[in-house]
Amino acid sequence: MRIAVQEEQFDLGAEANSFARGNVAHGAIVTFTGVVRDLATGDLDVMEIEHYPGMTERALTKIAQEAQKRWSLGDVLVIHRHGRLEPGERIMMVATAAPHRKDAFEAAEFLMDYLKSRAPFWKKEITRSGAEWVAARDEDENALGRW
Amino acid sequence: MDVLYFAWVRERIGIPKERVETRAATVAELVAELSEREDRYAAAFADISALRVALDQELADFDAPLSGVREVAFFPPMTGG
Repeated sequence: MRIAVQEEQFDLGAEANSFARGNVAHGAIVTFTGVVRDLATGDLDVMEIEHYPGMTERALTKIAQEAQKRWSLGDVLVIHRHGRLEPGERIMMVATAAPHRKDAFEAAEFLMDYLKSRAPFWKKEITRSGAEWVAARDEDENALGRW
Repeated sequence: MDVLYFAWVRERIGIPKERVETRAATVAELVAELSEREDRYAAAFADISALRVALDQELADFDAPLSGVREVAFFPPMTGG
């Protein structure tokens, strides 16, 4: 398992390749990548991501351990950035390896659902007209119910 | 104990972290104590249903006991991913 909480950008291709090389015994690898999207109005300047150093790593490790308990998995990778990100930049990625695709897909979705509402990150959108904290959505909290 | 604030809670209170000497037995008692200090605390804690709390870096409830706790953190619902 690798959990990385970092300010710097990551290379999606290099991370996916290195993850795949470390999991040659597994037939299925799923990766998910989250990207800073522009607002509907097209005026997002910067997305600021704050986190709680210490708790963030603990929470992500716990979520990844829970995924490994529930599904038959090889390795698990979680990378999540913080700091100032521009539209189009990658925020985070998860990767899961499993003998078969169902476990790899489900575990990746589980990681994403829990990471959104249980890992201490907060997003703030900075536009020309001001700055606003992103509000948590009920549907993200409700998504945990399916697990 | 150390009390930490994140996101808009930090902005409203104006500091990221402070040392608090308290006899509060629960998180709710600590919130009441801080709210009485100054308006900026009362504003941040006005609606605790909009807040989350972590004790020693684990999510907890507002009625959780504080005995033995070294670090309390208040923040809004998380928005990662």
